[in-house]
Amino acid sequence: MADQKASTSIEAVESGLAAQGYIASRQIATAVYLSQQIEKPILVEGPAGVGKTELAKAIAAWRGMKMIRLQCYEGLDEAKALYEWKYAKQLLYTQILKDKLGEVLGGAQTLHAALDQLHDFGDVFFSKEFVEPRPLLQALEQPGGCVLLIDEIDKSDAEFESLLLEILSDFQVTIPELGTVSAITPPTVILTSNSERDLGDALKRRCLHLHIGFPEQRLEERIVESRVPGISQALRRQMVGFIHEIRSLDLKKLPSVSETIDWARVLVLLQATELDTDIVKDTLNVLLKYEADIEAASPQVTTFIAKAARSNVFG
Amino acid sequence: MRENLHRFFRAARGVGVHVSPAESIDAMRAVAQVGISDRAVLRDALLLTLAKSQDEKLALGDCFDLFFSRPEPRQDQPETNNDDASQDTDQSPSSSSASERGEGQPPQGLGPLAQMLLSQDRNAIAAAIASASGAASLSDIRYSTQRGIFSSRILDAMGLQRLRDDLDQLTATNPALAERLRAALDALREAVRDTVSQGLALYAREEAENLRNEILRNAPLARIERRQVAEMRALIRQIARRLRERYSKPRKRQRRGHLDVRRTLRRNAAWGGVPFLTAWKRKHRDRPKIVAICDVSGSVAQVSDFFLLLIHSLHEVVDDVRSFAFSSHLIEVSDVLEAKSPEEAMAEIMSKVGFGSSDYGSSLVDFEKDFMSALTPQTTVIVLGDARSNNLDPRADILRRISERSKRLVWLNPEGRLAWGFGDSEMPRYATFCSVVRQCATAQQLERAVSDIVATYQ
Repeated sequence: MADQKASTSIEAVESGLAAQGYIASRQIATAVYLSQQIEKPILVEGPAGVGKTELAKAIAAWRGMKMIRLQCYEGLDEAKALYEWKYAKQLLYTQILKDKLGEVLGGAQTLHAALDQLHDFGDVFFSKEFVEPRPLLQALEQPGGCVLLIDEIDKSDAEFESLLLEILSDFQVTIPELGTVSAITPPTVILTSNSERDLGDALKRRCLHLHIGFPEQRLEERIVESRVPGISQALRRQMVGFIHEIRSLDLKKLPSVSETIDWARVLVLLQATELDTDIVKDTLNVLLKYEADIEAASPQVTTFIAKAARSNVFG
Repeated sequence: MRENLHRFFRAARGVGVHVSPAESIDAMRAVAQVGISDRAVLRDALLLTLAKSQDEKLALGDCFDLFFSRPEPRQDQPETNNDDASQDTDQSPSSSSASERGEGQPPQGLGPLAQMLLSQDRNAIAAAIASASGAASLSDIRYSTQRGIFSSRILDAMGLQRLRDDLDQLTATNPALAERLRAALDALREAVRDTVSQGLALYAREEAENLRNEILRNAPLARIERRQVAEMRALIRQIARRLRERYSKPRKRQRRGHLDVRRTLRRNAAWGGVPFLTAWKRKHRDRPKIVAICDVSGSVAQVSDFFLLLIHSLHEVVDDVRSFAFSSHLIEVSDVLEAKSPEEAMAEIMSKVGFGSSDYGSSLVDFEKDFMSALTPQTTVIVLGDARSNNLDPRADILRRISERSKRLVWLNPEGRLAWGFGDSEMPRYATFCSVVRQCATAQQLERAVSDIVATYQ
C-alpha cells in the first residue's frame, strides 16, 4: 500500500516540477519527495549551471511557498545570516525613554533596589522587537513554511557550516538573549555546492546528498523543449547531440544545461533551421567560456555536427 | 526486510561508505517511506541517504547491485523471497508444507532438509540458505581463507548432520532416492559456496583493503613490484589528500591577531586618540615554498618518483614547488611534472637524466650555477638521495651555501641509518649542513617527512 502511494507521489513531484518548467529526473524527484517526508535538507552538488538553484525555485513555485535565499560567500557570519540586534533603534529608544528612566528609578530607596528595577528594564531592549531577522531566522518564522535556499555553501567558511548544524537538524536557532526559536513550520531546505571545498561530515550527515550531473540526451531535449518552446524538434535534437559531443572533449569548463538553453535561444533568435559549421562557429562563444576551450573545440565542429546529425537519424 | 537492510549497511561499510547509526536510521525512515517494491526507487533512496559524495555513490550503487543480485535469476517473486529469508528463522514449517507439493513424495521420517531438497523447492532452499547464513553470521567473514569454515557452518546450520543420517538410511532402503538426494546435496553445496563467495565480496572488502594498505604503507618503496606501482600511486594520492586537509584549513583561524595598540593610536591621532578605526595585528605566515632535488639514479629512482608525485599533489598547501632531478647532471623537471600524467612525466624524466651513475658533486655544481636564485629565506630545500657519489668529489661546500640561503635543508635518505657512511656514502659529510636528516624508505615515512616539513610553516 505504502509502496503504491510512494511511487505515485514521486510521479506527482515530477509532474509538479514539470509544470513549473523544471524537468526533473527520477532521482531528483525521489530526493524532493524524501526530504519532504523525513524532513531533511537536500544537499545538491554538481557542476555549475545544471539547475541546482533552479530546483529550489521550482519547488517553491510548485508548492506556492515563499523562497528565502541565502547566498554564501567568504566571511559570511551570524550577523548577516541569522539575526542582528537593531543597535540604532536600541540607542534611539534609550534616548527617548531617558525621562521614563527617572520615574522608574524614582521609587527606589537604595542602590540595590534601583539596580533590580534597572535589570527588569534592561530586558526590554533585548526582546523580539529589537531583533533584525536575517534569512535563516526569517525562514523559521514563516507561518506557512518556505523554501530556504542556502546557495553555494562551499564558498562560506568552515565556521559558518557549524552554525548551520542546529538549523538543519532541529529547525531551530538559539539566540543567547532570547532563548531558542523553533520553526513554526519546518522549511524545506536546499543547500547547493559546487564542490569547491570538501564540506564537513557533520553537515553532510544531516542532509540527503543529491548529485546532479549533466542530464542524459533525452532529458536535456525535454528541458530545452520546456524552456525554449520556439525551437523545432529536429534542431533541438541536433543541438543537444552536438553539446553531448562537446562534453566528451577535455575542456576547462564543459557547457552545462544553462548554456544549452542560452544557445537554443540564440539559435532561435538567429532563425536557424539546422546546425551548420558557420553558425556553430559564430555562436560557439555562447557555449564555451574560455578562449582556449573555443580553440580546442573549433576544429572538431564539422565532425561533431555530422555525428549529431547521424545520431538524429537513428535516434 | 530490516535484517536485510542491516546487512546491506555492513556491506556498504565494506565498500568504504561510512554509514553511521544516524545515517542508517535515516535510511530506514526513507525506505519506510518509499517502500521496497520498486527497486530503482529503493536504490535512489539508499544512495541519497547513505552516500555523501559522488565516489561513494558509485561504490554504493555497485554494492547495491551486487547485494540484491542474488534473487534475480530465480523466476518467481524475487523480492519477497528475499524478505522471507529473514523471517523464516525456522525453515521447517514452510518448507515441509512446500514439500507436499513436490513430485517425489519422499518417504516419511526424513529430516526437513532432505525433504526440502527432494521437493526441489528452489525458493524454500534459497530462503533456508539465507537464514542459515544469518545464523552462521556470514557478514563476519573477513578473509578468503575463511570460505571453507563458513560454508560448513552454513551447511551445519541447515541440518547437514540429519541429512547424512537420512542418506545412510536411504542407501539401505531406497538407493534410487538416495542417489537423487546425493545429487541435490551437491547442488546445495555449490549454492552455499556461491553465497559465501558473494558474502566475501560484500563484507570483506574493507578489511582486505585495510590490510593491503597497511602492508603497502610499510613496504620499502625502492623494491616495490611493478604491479603494485599503481596501488602505491593511489595510496600516495590518499596521503596527499590527508595532508591537504590537515594543513589547508586551520591557517585562517590562527592568523586572526590581537588589537595592535600602537597602530590604532597612531591612526586615530586625528580624533584625539578616540579609537574610531582599529588596527589588528596579523600574524604573517608564509606558505611553504619547496625546492626538491631528487636523485633519480638506479635504486633511488622509484622513491623519487613517489616523492615527486606527493609533493606535486599538494597544491592547496604548498605555494610553490620547483623540482630538480639528477643522476650525473641536474635538470629542472617542474614543468614536466605539472603538464603530464605522473606515468608519462616520470618516463620523460628518466629518459633525460635517469639511470646514470650518480654524481652528487657535479649535480650540485649544476644547481649552484643555474638555480641558486630559486632559493629564498622562505624556501625549504629537500634533497632526496642515498648520498652515494661513487667516490667522486661530494662538493659539500655547495650544500653548505644552499643551507645558508634557505630556511631549512632537509635530507631524505631511502637507506637505513646503519648504511650511512659506509662504502661510498657521503651522508655524514652532508649531514652536518642539513637541518634534518631522516630515513625515508616507506610510504609512511614519506608521509611523516612531508607532514613535518609543511608543519614548520603553520
